[in-house]
Amino acid sequence: MTVGLGAYLTLAAVLFAIGFFGVVTRRNTIGILLGIELMLNAVNINLVAFARYNADVVGMVFTTFTIPITVAEVALGLAIVILIFRTKRTAIADHLDILRG
Amino acid sequence: MTDPAFAALIALLLPACAFVILALAGPFRRLGRPAAYLSIVFSAAALVAAIAAFRLAGGGGYSVWLWSWIPAEAGPLATIGVLADGDSALMLVLVALVSFLVQVYSLGYLSDEGMPSLGRYYTYQSLFAFSMMGLVLAPNFVQLYICWELVGLCSYLLIGYWYTRPEAARAAVKAFWITKAGDVGMLIGIVLLWRLTGTFDFLQLLQLADAGAIPLAGLGVITFCIYLGAAGKSAQFPFHVWLPDAMEGPTPVSALIHAATMVTAGVYLLTRTVWLFRLTPDVMEIVAWNGAFTALLAAVLACVQTDIKRVLAYSTVSQLGYMMAAIGAGFASAGFLHLLTHGIFKALLFLGAGAVIHAVGTNDIFAMGGLWRRMPQTAIVFVIGTLSLAGVPLFAGFFSKEEILGAVLVGGFPVPFAMLLLGAFLTAFYMFRVVFVTFAGAPAAPPAGHRSDGSHVHDAPPFMALPLWILAVMCVGIGILFAAWHPAAEFEMLGWVTPAAIAVSLGGIALAYLVYERRAISADALAKAFAPIRAAALRRFWIDDAFAFVYRRLMLSLSWLVGWVDRYLVDGLVNLFSAWTLSAGGGLRRIQSGRAQDYVYGIALGVLLLMVWIRWPR
Repeated sequence: MTVGLGAYLTLAAVLFAIGFFGVVTRRNTIGILLGIELMLNAVNINLVAFARYNADVVGMVFTTFTIPITVAEVALGLAIVILIFRTKRTAIADHLDILRG
Repeated sequence: MTDPAFAALIALLLPACAFVILALAGPFRRLGRPAAYLSIVFSAAALVAAIAAFRLAGGGGYSVWLWSWIPAEAGPLATIGVLADGDSALMLVLVALVSFLVQVYSLGYLSDEGMPSLGRYYTYQSLFAFSMMGLVLAPNFVQLYICWELVGLCSYLLIGYWYTRPEAARAAVKAFWITKAGDVGMLIGIVLLWRLTGTFDFLQLLQLADAGAIPLAGLGVITFCIYLGAAGKSAQFPFHVWLPDAMEGPTPVSALIHAATMVTAGVYLLTRTVWLFRLTPDVMEIVAWNGAFTALLAAVLACVQTDIKRVLAYSTVSQLGYMMAAIGAGFASAGFLHLLTHGIFKALLFLGAGAVIHAVGTNDIFAMGGLWRRMPQTAIVFVIGTLSLAGVPLFAGFFSKEEILGAVLVGGFPVPFAMLLLGAFLTAFYMFRVVFVTFAGAPAAPPAGHRSDGSHVHDAPPFMALPLWILAVMCVGIGILFAAWHPAAEFEMLGWVTPAAIAVSLGGIALAYLVYERRAISADALAKAFAPIRAAALRRFWIDDAFAFVYRRLMLSLSWLVGWVDRYLVDGLVNLFSAWTLSAGGGLRRIQSGRAQDYVYGIALGVLLLMVWIRWPR
C-alpha cells in the first residue's frame, strides 16, 4: 500500500501548527526553541515528500543541509538561553523585554 | 601724467592703501601714534595728488577711466572708475584738504586717547577719506551708491567712536537709521532710473538728457526718490534730526564728516545730476522750498542751543538748506560754490570749537566766557570763521551766500528768498551770540566739581593750531580772491541783493552785540518776546519727538504684532505639527513590546493577510 503525497503534507502541516503553537504560547525559552525545531522539521518533511513525489533529488540534498543547520541553530539558541539565564536569573520569555519601546 | 583721472585715481587709492594696512596689520594699528603718522602721510600724499588732478582738470574738460564690473550680454551692466572733471576735482581737493587737516588736528585733540583706540580712529579716518573720494569721483550711480553707504558706515563708526557712552552709541544708531531711511528712497530711484534709461552712467545719462531721450513720464518719482537720499545725507527737513545728535562724536569728526564733506554729499549729488533734476521742475520746486524751510528752521533752532557744537550743527543744517535752495532754484553752481566755502569755514569753526572744548572741558557756552584773553589765537580764527559764516564781505562765505540769495530770487522764489534772508540774519545773530558769550565778557564761574579754575586754559598745541591757521588764512584768502575777481554768475544779479545781504548780516551781528556784549537789550526780554517760538525751538519743534513717536509707538507696536504672529501663529503651527508627531509616536511605541513572541504573532498575522490577499478572488 502506498501513502499519497497529501498524507505527508497533512502531517507536515499538523507538525508545523503544533510547533507554531508551542512557539507562541510557551513561556519558557527552551520550549520556544523546541517549537522552532518542530516547525523546521515540518519543512524538512515537506521537502522530502516533494522530492519523492517529483523524483527529484534536489529536495533531499537540501534537507541534508537543513538538518545540520537546524542542529547548529539549536546549539546557538541554547547557548544564548544559558547566557541570558546567567545574567538575568530567568529563562521566562515574558521577562525578557529590554527592547520594549 | 597729464591725465587728471590718473592723478585722481592716485588720490583715491592712497587712503585706501592706508586703510588696508591699518586694518590688516593689527599690532601696528594698536601702536597708535605710528598708525596715525602713516595715515597722515598717506592723506598728505592724497592731497598733493588731488591738487594735481585739479590743476590738470582745470581747463574745463573731463577725463574718465572705467573698468567693467558686472558683465552682461550687451556691455557691462555696471562699471567702476573715476570721472575727473572741474567740479569733482575741486570737491576732491576740498575732501583731501579737510581730511588731511583734521587728521593732523586729531593728533592733538585725541592725545588723551589710549593707543589702540587712536589706531582705530585713524583706520576709520582713512576708510572715510577713501569712501568720500570714491563718492566724489564716481562715474555712475552704482559706485556712487556704494561709496554713499560706505561714508554712512564711517559716519556711524566715528559718531560712536566713544561707544562706551550710551548717548554716543544711540546717536550713531540714530544717524545710521535716519540716513538709511533716505537711502532706501535713493536706491529705489536709481533702480527705477536704470529701468527707464538702461544705464547707470552719468555721461551716458547726460547725453540722453541733452538729446531729450529720457522719457518724462515717471521721471518725477525717480528724481524725488534720489532727492530723498540726498535729503537724508544732507540733513534736510525732516531728516535733519540726526545731525545735531551726531555731535556726540569727537569734534574733528564733526568737522570733517558732519560739516565739510559727508553731509554735503547730498548737495554734491544734486549738483552732479542737476541736468536730470531740471527735467522735473516740480521736484526742483520741492528742493528749493524744502531747502529754504530747512535753512530757516535750523537757524531758529540754533538760536536757543547752549551747546557750542549743537549751534554749529544746526548752523550746518541751515547752510545745507541754503545750498539746496540754490540748486532747487536752478543755479547749481551757486550751491556748489557755497558747498566749497562752507566746507572751509565750517571745518574751521568746528576745529576752533574743538580747541575751546579741549581747553575748557565743557560744551556749554555759558560755562565759558572771557576766553579772548586766555586763548587769543583760537579766538581770532574762530571769529574769522564766524565772519565767514555770517556772510561779512571780504570773508569766504560772503560771496557764495549772496550768490545763493540772488539765485533763489532770480529763480522765481520770492518767499524762499525772504526765508533765506531771515535765516541769514539769524545766522549772524546766533554765531555772534556764541562768539560774545564764549570769548568776550567775564569768565564764567566753573560749575561745581568741574576741573577748571581757569589757569590751565590756554591756546591749542601746535598740532591743533596749524590746521586752524591754515583754514583761517584760506577763509580770508578766498574772500579777498572773490572780492577781487568775481566768478561769473550764471544769472543777472539784482542790484539790491548784495546791500540787503550785507545789511542783514551786520544787523544780526549788531543785535548779538547789543544783547550779549553791551547787554543793552536783556536776553530774558528777548526770550519773552519770542516765548512761543522759543518754547517750541527748545523742544526742537517736536520733530525729534515725532520721530521718537513713530519709532516707539508705530514701529515697536508693529514689531510687537509681527512678533506675536511669528510666535503664536507661525511657530504655533509648527509646534502643533510636532506635537502631533510626538503623540502619534507615543501611541505607536506601545506596539513595540520587546517580547519575541508578540513579534511572532505579528509575523504570523502578516503572512496570513498576505495569503488572503494573494488568494482573494478578483
